[in-house]
Amino acid sequence: MLGRVANSMFWMYRYLERAENTARLLAAGHRMALTRGADIADEEWRSVLTTLGQLQQYKQHHEDFTGAHVCDFVLRAKGNKQSVLSMFERARTNARACRSAISAEVWEAVNEGWMTLRDLLARPVRDTSLNVALSAIRRESTLARGATHGSMMRNEAYCFVRLGTFGERADNTARILDVKYYLLLPSLSYVGTPLDTGQWDNVLRSLSGERAHRWLNAGRMDARSIAELLILDDRFPRSLTFCYAAMRENLAALARLHGHEGPAHALMREADQGLTGRTVDDIFDQGLHQFLTEFIGRNQAVANAISEQYRFIT
Amino acid sequence: MSAGQHGQFDEMHAPDGSVRDAYRQFHQWLVEQDSAWMRRKHFEAESLFRRTGITFNVYGEEDAEERLIPFDMIPRIVTGAEWRRLSRGIEQRVKALNAFMHDLYHRQEIIRSGRLPERLFRDNKAWLPQMVGFTPPGGVYTHIVGIDLVRTGPDEFLVLEDNARTPSGVSYMLENRETMMAMFPELFTQVKVQPVSNYPRRLAKSLSACAPPCASANPMVAVLTPGIYNSAYFEHAFLADQMGAELVEGSDLRVIDGRVQMRTTQGFQPIDVLYRRVDDEFLDPLSFNPDSVLGVPGIMDVYRAGRITIANAPGTGVADDKAIYSFMPEIVEFYTGEKPLLSNVQTWRCADPDSLKYVLENLAELVVKEVHGSGGYGMLIGPAASRRDLALFREKLRANPDNYIAQPTLALSTCPIFTNKGLAPRHVDLRPFVLVSPEGCDITPGGLTRVALKRGSLVVNSSQGGGTKDSWVLDD
Repeated sequence: MLGRVANSMFWMYRYLERAENTARLLAAGHRMALTRGADIADEEWRSVLTTLGQLQQYKQHHEDFTGAHVCDFVLRAKGNKQSVLSMFERARTNARACRSAISAEVWEAVNEGWMTLRDLLARPVRDTSLNVALSAIRRESTLARGATHGSMMRNEAYCFVRLGTFGERADNTARILDVKYYLLLPSLSYVGTPLDTGQWDNVLRSLSGERAHRWLNAGRMDARSIAELLILDDRFPRSLTFCYAAMRENLAALARLHGHEGPAHALMREADQGLTGRTVDDIFDQGLHQFLTEFIGRNQAVANAISEQYRFIT
Repeated sequence: MSAGQHGQFDEMHAPDGSVRDAYRQFHQWLVEQDSAWMRRKHFEAESLFRRTGITFNVYGEEDAEERLIPFDMIPRIVTGAEWRRLSRGIEQRVKALNAFMHDLYHRQEIIRSGRLPERLFRDNKAWLPQMVGFTPPGGVYTHIVGIDLVRTGPDEFLVLEDNARTPSGVSYMLENRETMMAMFPELFTQVKVQPVSNYPRRLAKSLSACAPPCASANPMVAVLTPGIYNSAYFEHAFLADQMGAELVEGSDLRVIDGRVQMRTTQGFQPIDVLYRRVDDEFLDPLSFNPDSVLGVPGIMDVYRAGRITIANAPGTGVADDKAIYSFMPEIVEFYTGEKPLLSNVQTWRCADPDSLKYVLENLAELVVKEVHGSGGYGMLIGPAASRRDLALFREKLRANPDNYIAQPTLALSTCPIFTNKGLAPRHVDLRPFVLVSPEGCDITPGGLTRVALKRGSLVVNSSQGGGTKDSWVLDD
């Protein structure tokens, strides 16, 4: 397949994944703001912007951190090139560019998704309809993924789809965990208080992990069990090890198809070693922030190597 | 229900109000349908098209980046007998076109014999000196041709235009049929319609048959598009997808080791047949427009070395010229030795002083077109023009007569369209698509019917507000 088309497939799914995770993050923030005082709500919205890397840009447009402003900025603001709406638009533009490599069902899912969100986000989203908008974003992304799963050949193109999806997801999980943990540091002395568990619950919600955690750790809610789930549990579909298993598998499939490995495989192996055999105690001994920073960097290096090895651009 | 307007041929109704043979079964079905249900279907069609993303972009309209070509549910129907007669005429014309192209770029017998004035192509920008003395692989110039036909009576089909450069619209032929079958499945059990859905397979087969000698038994075919912002991008992607061919852009291609190669995830791979939807001018910055980023530097050298097939061949645009068109009856006769089976529309070449005089005197009754124009741009429809428009065009004609031809305002046939108030007759044309390879001509039974949606309008071009219909050839 063409390098340019592989690039479009890769990025199309990265944007879909990122849009969905952004919606999750906003939903968790919204819930937090509803249950806490104004100060904590502001702090929460600020952390959402930090996680998304949009804080500096936001400050150029707004002085406060109200839910209405932050949500509007993140979802649809014209001045925000990373808004959910423009992410979906870019997913669609990429889908058009690789139109002959995706099935009609996938194209229709992405095209319809974009049309739905374009209409839904045409005007500022009111507080009462925020949840409607956020679930629509998740639903449209889910539909596109479902169409992909059900209608696409498991060929070379599909490998790039999965690499885009899981590379992005691993990045998002690591970032969310990193920012939230950082934010929680000052409150570590409140271990076991309602505030603390509320904050941790919020981390889990941002990654749709609250249910999984409840079933695995009945009655417990602490940093270690949460980090263990989000980093090391390979049964949880947003954990770092789960994402890496999927990436490994798809890189291996590409090597089988092409008959050889390349620099991306070597880097992937290296990144993988940073995860396998680790225990949550190791990670906390090293420092969670340190660990996640390294992870994000290596993950980025793998993505770059994939782009280069498979001739995405030149 | 309304019959055709006075003096015009209506595809569905005879002047006495009875239904013509071609529409007998369809009409029977139509009268049984509930009108409210049909109105819902009419609405449904649009959302279907929008969802599948069948859109086109209109140049110069920033606001409406992607627009739909309106679709009308009433099919344009041709009987099998009518189609067989048309096919023979089309095949004759397309064969003549190819022979003419070959001659123009070689010995130019037609000019030596005095049948065609030399200046006609010497002044023609579409004529490419780079093609002189070169024969494309398989001897084929026009791999894909769209012949625009209009009808003025029961047996009067006329050729309005030959599209030998890059005819577009075939995706609408296919999607219109899909839409009709999705909306009215039971209709297709009652009326036997010849299928069009195998067109992409026929196209792939025809293109492969034109591959150069260096190609393998399974030639690599690719579609070259200017990119996602081109007005016909949907069609390019659609055809590539349906053929199972790569959809490439200029930036994917490079000349390496004397072959045109595409950048794949595993390095560069040679292409054997390039179905290009990029104009000649942009094809090779080394040979043509040096600023073009849409093409492939050096592709013309590879082409002239016989190591890639470009479809259609560069330089075939000469045949789209409306002054050349006016010579088509002579061209057909010269190369086939037969009388043309399909007639031209009577055409006055304004370059000829007597014709110019006639055109200037009768401008209000004529249609005037630019010889290099297309898409319905820059034309004058005399009967619909204001006094001021006529005066302006007279000036243009006097200043540059060579640039224009004129034709009578034809009583184009009408075909009913569906409106909320019932059926209403509108003017239509028909563009069948012809594939040419060394193995012969292949005409898919059907084509693109374009319809002027405005009452009385004769302009069917989508860029000017025209719509499309499904085109049926009955299996009889």
